[in-house]
Amino acid sequence: MSSPNSGNVGIVIVSHSSKIAEGAADMVRQMVGHAVPLAWTGGDVDGGLGTNVAGILEAIETAWSPAGVAILVDLGGAETNSEMAVEMLPEDRRARVVVCNAPVVEGAVIAATEASGGSSLAAVKRSAEEFYA
Amino acid sequence: MTLDRTTRERLVRAMAEAVIAHADELTGLDQAIGDGDHGVNMKRGFEAVLATLPGLANKPIAEMLKTIGTTLVMKVGGASGPLVGTFFMELGKALPENPVRADLVVATDKAINAVKARGRSDAGQKTLLDVLVPVQAVLAEGGNAEAIAAEAERAADRTIPMLAIRGRASFLGERSIGHMDPGSRSVSLLIGAAVTTLEREANS
Repeated sequence: MSSPNSGNVGIVIVSHSSKIAEGAADMVRQMVGHAVPLAWTGGDVDGGLGTNVAGILEAIETAWSPAGVAILVDLGGAETNSEMAVEMLPEDRRARVVVCNAPVVEGAVIAATEASGGSSLAAVKRSAEEFYA
Repeated sequence: MTLDRTTRERLVRAMAEAVIAHADELTGLDQAIGDGDHGVNMKRGFEAVLATLPGLANKPIAEMLKTIGTTLVMKVGGASGPLVGTFFMELGKALPENPVRADLVVATDKAINAVKARGRSDAGQKTLLDVLVPVQAVLAEGGNAEAIAAEAERAADRTIPMLAIRGRASFLGERSIGHMDPGSRSVSLLIGAAVTTLEREANS
């Protein structure tokens, strides 16, 4: 995980599989380089398939940007755990993190591309979700 | 109802041990219609809760429930961690220190609504809400411990013919029919352990 300082919206990738999360992050890096803060997390706390709130909170911290953070998730638990993580953030950060309703790989690439141009959090989320629609 | 320190400790221990003892059964249910990790996940979460005893029982009831909720959220994973964790956290927020039944009725209603919001779900979709909602109704109607525990068991059984609308089992469509919802079973175990312990303490 790495996140250079950037004013752009950050991207967090959450998958049940750390390999999928890491692979999706690789694809994002290939597309947009280091223009956006990026972090990924995958697996349960024992390293098996699953998602965990602590890992998601850490990823949000890593990809934090004053412009906000867009989270891309795969299956149900990833979404539920991500929403839980957002609620557990300090109040001043809560409104600046969104979970996108988009496929994790395609959504992450499109969201990051949009973010790399300096778009707002709302625009980043919209782009990721429009792809799915 | 006075929940002294000893009662609180017994209550938490009974709930955790009920889930841990049935971990294999829960995993078996989840293997049929989910991803097969429910038993392991719940066991990990409640082992973490057990590890915070006996200190946990020194906390006021609200703090104790919130700590249980947070521990489950952080340790269980899956969708169950946030759902069951939210229930305990919200219950903690809503309960006064020495709750009477009316307080419990109000607090469980609030906690159930929070679970509905977290899962964007409602009763009838083959989830833990199919146990929480009817059991809460028995509590509100004045049912005793036996009636509450019996309804929890029956409600979990009633998820067997249901079609899953939310959660991983919903991917299976009609193949989700004929299996008990693992989350419903977990919650029925927790409720059974809780009311049995409280009843025993009240009569002792």
